[in-house]
Amino acid sequence: MQSSIRGFGWIEMGGLHAYLPARLARSGIALTGMYILMFWGVVALFAPLIAPWDPHEIDFAAMGDRGFSANHLLGTDATGRDMLSRIIWGARTTFVVVPLAIGSAFILGGVAGLAAGWYGGWIDILVSRVGDVMLSFPALILYIILITSFGPSLTNIVIAVTLAYAPGVARLMRGQVLAVKERDFVSAARAGGESGPYIMFVEILPNVGGPLIVDLCLRAGYTVILIGTLGFLGLGLPPPTPDWGGMVVEGVNFLSIYPHMALLPAAAVTSVVIACNLLADGLRERAK
Amino acid sequence: MVRKILSRLAQYGFTLLAASFLLFTLTEFSPGTVASKILGPYALENQVALLNAQLGLDEPLLHRYVDWLQTLVGLSPNLLPEAAPGLGLSDPRGDKYFGNFGYSLMMKEPVLDVLADRIGHTAWLSAWALGLTIPISLLLGTLAGMHAGSSVDRVISTVTVTLTSLPEFVVAVGLLLIFVASLGWLPGTSSLQPGDQWSTGAQLVLPVTVLLIASGAYLTRIVRASVAETMQADYVRTARLKGLSPRRVIWAHVLRNAMIAPITVILLQVNWILTGVVVVEAIFAYPGLGSLMLRAALFGDIFTVQALTMLALSVALITQFLGDVAYAILDPRIRVD
Repeated sequence: MQSSIRGFGWIEMGGLHAYLPARLARSGIALTGMYILMFWGVVALFAPLIAPWDPHEIDFAAMGDRGFSANHLLGTDATGRDMLSRIIWGARTTFVVVPLAIGSAFILGGVAGLAAGWYGGWIDILVSRVGDVMLSFPALILYIILITSFGPSLTNIVIAVTLAYAPGVARLMRGQVLAVKERDFVSAARAGGESGPYIMFVEILPNVGGPLIVDLCLRAGYTVILIGTLGFLGLGLPPPTPDWGGMVVEGVNFLSIYPHMALLPAAAVTSVVIACNLLADGLRERAK
Repeated sequence: MVRKILSRLAQYGFTLLAASFLLFTLTEFSPGTVASKILGPYALENQVALLNAQLGLDEPLLHRYVDWLQTLVGLSPNLLPEAAPGLGLSDPRGDKYFGNFGYSLMMKEPVLDVLADRIGHTAWLSAWALGLTIPISLLLGTLAGMHAGSSVDRVISTVTVTLTSLPEFVVAVGLLLIFVASLGWLPGTSSLQPGDQWSTGAQLVLPVTVLLIASGAYLTRIVRASVAETMQADYVRTARLKGLSPRRVIWAHVLRNAMIAPITVILLQVNWILTGVVVVEAIFAYPGLGSLMLRAALFGDIFTVQALTMLALSVALITQFLGDVAYAILDPRIRVD
């Protein structure tokens, strides 16, 4: 709305500066998502201070009743470990893996897309063709192959997410660059004799940030789902690392007696995904 | 038009070939060589070396890839039964035929037979999921998009936005808690064993519902957005102003134009369902290709993993190709460029 009144194109309004933090503050939806993420971020950061128990410690005294008690506010899991502490430490797992994976996917895909859009020619063809090949693998199947070939570890999950998401990021970035490339400020920089990399990173990158940030939030949500799913399928980080997806699958067999064992970590995963989607929706609404 | 379709087909063929090379290269890194899997953990080094030489595994990567491809299309025989007579591997189709992926190391059977036993189950599950997802999402999406901003729209949109945020395994756990653990109306596993106390229909309800929720919510949102956008178009306003009945405007003007985007999304949805099928089959112990993929991957049965991945790639690329063709037919403007 504002963009049309002021006569600015969507790209200029959608630029990086226009988004954070002023844009964020004006969107209630985005702000809600932000608060949820900040909550989990703080929990993840201070996990050792907040968690009442060691997440690996088995409390044999609690084996009789695994439900909620004064000692274990959210009960214990099937092995007798404190649920609250495991969820708190699970937040740390999520908030390490997801930013690392998304960050590397955006760096690789972003640079490839910038180069493809800016230089065109064979670089463009190469980036697009390699991207097509990677995108033809259904995402989960790509992870299954990678993780069974190289084993489950933090690095391999990050590599898998990077390979799966970088082509999509590159495609989006390339389209954005093509839209900005012909604009006056780029021509001016070119006429001023600036180098290709300078124009790409200093002139173009800040002006294509908007749609990329929305995409980043959405992909962060998918990654949370994916990491949870990998944990659930037994392909995630090796136990005993507290991992929400793994906790859900451990709790499934006890659904009829102690539903909290599966439901609490499932709720934790869902809250982070919803927060990412709210943030993306809010930022996109604002951009219109 | 025909030339365009043929060039698209060639492009997808090339992508499939390149993807098969990537797949072959990645599975090469599988821990433990094929030889060590066949001979067991206590095999002597020279035995492993001998078997590797017999199978041509000591050749460079590109050479092995070409060998693999030749066996796959039926130009050269699979050497495994001869090299490892102790396993008693045999294939009634002979040693040269199209689609020869070799032998499953887990089942000690030709991969094609292992797949054939299960493909029907997965096709059945996917058919039910798609058969319900498409009409329901088209109906709900159109309903919401036609009355954008109304209370119907708000309910449908809120529910679908929430559901798209739910991972499949969370949906499955929720349904298990309600319908299996609490109410006891449905079985928690769908292994389709003969003589099971639950009918096949009852066993299919939960897997199909999880897939329906996971992909239906997303598709509904796409349809809603597309219909809502088309409702704003000038030609729809013109059609209304010239006094056409609302029903006729919707059927003749809105839906025809608004369906272009969803149809391509529906075809891409097949890809989503493929991913969802792995998760759902694993959760409900459903005897299909998805649970086979997971078991084969955990076992390190690389020939089965290769075959299943090639199958998934083919399905994905064929549906993408069909999506391109459908798009070109539905939107006459595409043909011009």
